[in-house]
Amino acid sequence: MTTVHIPFLQTGTLAVGGRLLGEDDRSVQSHADRPSSLTKGHRACQGCAEALAARWVMDTAVEAADEKLIVANATGCLEVFSTLYPESAWKPPWIHSLFANAAAVATGIAASLHAQGRDDIRVLAQGGDGGTVDIGLAAVSGMFERNDDVLYVCYDNQGYMNTGVQRSSATPASARTATTPAVGRQPGAPQGQGKSMPKIAMAHEIPYVATATVADLRDLEAKVRTAMSIHGARYLHVLVPCPLGWGASSAESIKLSRAAVQSGIFPVIEARAGELTDVQPIRQRMDVEEYLRPQARFAHLFKPGGEDALERWRAMADANIRRYDLMGERS
Amino acid sequence: MRQVRIHGRGGQGVVTAAEMLARAGFLAGHEAQAIPSFGSERTGAPVVAYCRFADAPLRTREPVLHPDVVLVQDPTLLGPAQPFSGLATHGLVIVNTNADAPTVRAEAGVDDANATVITIPAMSITMTHLGKPKPAAAMLAAYAAATDDITLDAVKQVFRDRFPGRVGEANALAADEAFAYVRAELAGSGGGGGLAAAATRGD
Amino acid sequence: MREVLEGSQAVARTVARCRPGVVCAYPISPQTHIVEALSVMARTGELADCEYVNVESEFSAMSVSIGSSAAGSRTYTATASQGLLYMTEAVFNAAGMGLPIVMTVANRAIGAPINIWNDQSDALALRDSGWLQLYAADNQEAADLHVIAFAVAEELGMPAMVCMDGFVLTHASDVVELAEADEIDAFLPPYRPQQVLDVEHPTTIGTMAGPESFTETKYLQHLRFLDATEVIERWSLKFREAFGREAGCLVSRYDPDTLERDHAAPPAAAEDIAVIGMGSVIGTLQAALAPMQAEGDHVRLIGIQSFRPFPEKALREALGDCRDVLVIDRALELGAGGVLTGNVGRALAGTRSRIHSVIAGLGGRPILEASLRDVIRRTRAGDVGRLEFLDLKEGGVPVPPVGATEVAR
Repeated sequence: MTTVHIPFLQTGTLAVGGRLLGEDDRSVQSHADRPSSLTKGHRACQGCAEALAARWVMDTAVEAADEKLIVANATGCLEVFSTLYPESAWKPPWIHSLFANAAAVATGIAASLHAQGRDDIRVLAQGGDGGTVDIGLAAVSGMFERNDDVLYVCYDNQGYMNTGVQRSSATPASARTATTPAVGRQPGAPQGQGKSMPKIAMAHEIPYVATATVADLRDLEAKVRTAMSIHGARYLHVLVPCPLGWGASSAESIKLSRAAVQSGIFPVIEARAGELTDVQPIRQRMDVEEYLRPQARFAHLFKPGGEDALERWRAMADANIRRYDLMGERS
Repeated sequence: MRQVRIHGRGGQGVVTAAEMLARAGFLAGHEAQAIPSFGSERTGAPVVAYCRFADAPLRTREPVLHPDVVLVQDPTLLGPAQPFSGLATHGLVIVNTNADAPTVRAEAGVDDANATVITIPAMSITMTHLGKPKPAAAMLAAYAAATDDITLDAVKQVFRDRFPGRVGEANALAADEAFAYVRAELAGSGGGGGLAAAATRGD
Repeated sequence: MREVLEGSQAVARTVARCRPGVVCAYPISPQTHIVEALSVMARTGELADCEYVNVESEFSAMSVSIGSSAAGSRTYTATASQGLLYMTEAVFNAAGMGLPIVMTVANRAIGAPINIWNDQSDALALRDSGWLQLYAADNQEAADLHVIAFAVAEELGMPAMVCMDGFVLTHASDVVELAEADEIDAFLPPYRPQQVLDVEHPTTIGTMAGPESFTETKYLQHLRFLDATEVIERWSLKFREAFGREAGCLVSRYDPDTLERDHAAPPAAAEDIAVIGMGSVIGTLQAALAPMQAEGDHVRLIGIQSFRPFPEKALREALGDCRDVLVIDRALELGAGGVLTGNVGRALAGTRSRIHSVIAGLGGRPILEASLRDVIRRTRAGDVGRLEFLDLKEGGVPVPPVGATEVAR
């Protein structure tokens, strides 16, 4: 299907299941016989956006691969909540090896399938931001550089939530974590420039890079579908709010995702061979406060002394809007 | 058992020379072993490799400490590398150089009067035929000319097997010339004057 | 066909004839010649239906191997030293998941100080990783052990390291006779994975195991290791019958007179001194002991071929009534003694054997025949204690002859 935005302008959501659409345009999830690749009964927290995203990603990929999909999973929340022996919530063949090696394990699976002449079977690797942006970066970069036939999906909840909310290199500036407490002269995570994994992926000039959020699940599904239509190394970066780690209500994961996009904090993009090819424009511009305020990890920004940090957030949003033309001013 | 030590510099094919020597020895009907003195040497650094022949299987992994034969692929090593250290009595020394044997004796301190020293311009022979400073085939052919341990044909064959085509043939030509050179010098030495030029015993 | 081959080439050709589906490695001295040769064979088609994957680290080399083995391919890799340590987490993981990967370890010292030369500290540091560890005494064994390793690993569902002394074996050329491709085809069953990522029959591999099941999982791994001794012996016997030469046993015995390998050699006698070695030092011991045998000095040579599983029973049988046991150890357990010695000690606990640990050949120090004879004679004279460092330079030691030490250059 195409990625044209359907003008369903119900208040507050684009995540409509699609039963009002024609049969061909409906989402995988709107069908009674959806694969349910990540099936019920797993142990994810209430409001876990990673579980929601993984379900949509996996079901779409399974359907796109004609049910011939093998999954390699990094250590992390997703692995722990889905596969505590003797149970497994995964329907596709699925392997977990280590924290840092999901991309390399997936390369091995792809190499084996190629040697066996089974190029019809597709390979997907997935991990959190820790297993992707931090400890697993070398393996991910190696997989990109070789252009191995693997779709790598990073579910970015911006920290080591599995181990109790410590800082990762994907933790945004100022965020309070267990290892960057909101005390001292510069409370929260250091005010660095951060590490943009989508940009790193683009620098490898792999065939396809995209970002998505759970605020627009149809967009997420479309991007998985696009990625699965391509061979070679592909990268999908999904922002997944973590109610526990972000200090937010379990009911607000979707809303926070949307605020991240509509404030300009999280650009939703597509790139091919290193070139930016599509940007999701901001529909209703939000102030960064609408994104930050509901999250307890940023509470100190709204106390006396937090003004500078808040200004930096606004500057970051403005920079993204300029860089990616998120307001559609250049087109 | 025959024990050989080869001295040269990184890039001159010293390790290959030892392996080729082992192969030539094997073709001559011996059990054979080649042990490079492995290092992290870069191009130009002194390199040593060892080779043994025997009629029973070779088991030891010890470096050659008391060589019967020493091949020196680079004359600049005569002083610093002590190439004749541990040389067995009545040992054979073959040096790639344009100098004559007495000069080599003096420079390298070959004090064993019973040692045989043979000199051969292996590098210039090799440059003529191969165009690269890898004089292994010429050195091994000189060795073949001086002893019965290995044959010229075996030397040529192992280089042709290892480097099929032009490089193998060029090595074979270098081997032919080196072999003829040493044989001529040895034949000439019977008359008296020639011996001093290429091969000497200290007496 | 008997031929002169570099050890690395012998191993690479034999591995290729075992028909791996995936070979993945990261280069490190002294393993490089093996993987270079395999990458060439994968390109030329000599190694057919095989993917050779160049990766960015040893950690990824083992991780790719995990993926390919789990996806159903016979999988091979090779490493050494720092590389083995760099992939350690994945090494344990492969064993825990029961993936029969075969890996050559070109044994090399561990830094600091950085040292590229041979000892056995690397593989021995991973003695509890759940991998089989088979040690080659020479390049013939190094090549043959890979055939046996694939057979044993795949039957057990357990990964196997074939350990060969770096440079001393990997870079040395010897007369060898390689198993031919058709012989290996007849000997080695096709790879049938015991668990596989199969889209027709999906399975979850690598789940989390909690306190209620972890002990049992490890216990099952332990039982499998106990089974391994029988499986190794059986495949070794099959190998001897198929190829007419010995390789792959638990403990290699040597004839008391000829010093040649002989599985039927009698156990050591009470008056013998037994010398236990592992890896290439056995060859040097064979040469060193020959003049002693000629003088009527009763020294028995015993080789440890399987370090994991450690063959306690087979070792006790080979040692017989022997009282003085000298272990030549190429890895040091700091503050204690040799790593191999520690295992020998556990095997001989409760016996009256006196065990002497001789640390030798660390970081590429050549092990000299004369030094071995000296320490054996001093053991006979009762002058060797529980631990000694062979050829240790303690102030004023004369500079060894050229070739006796790398440092001399």
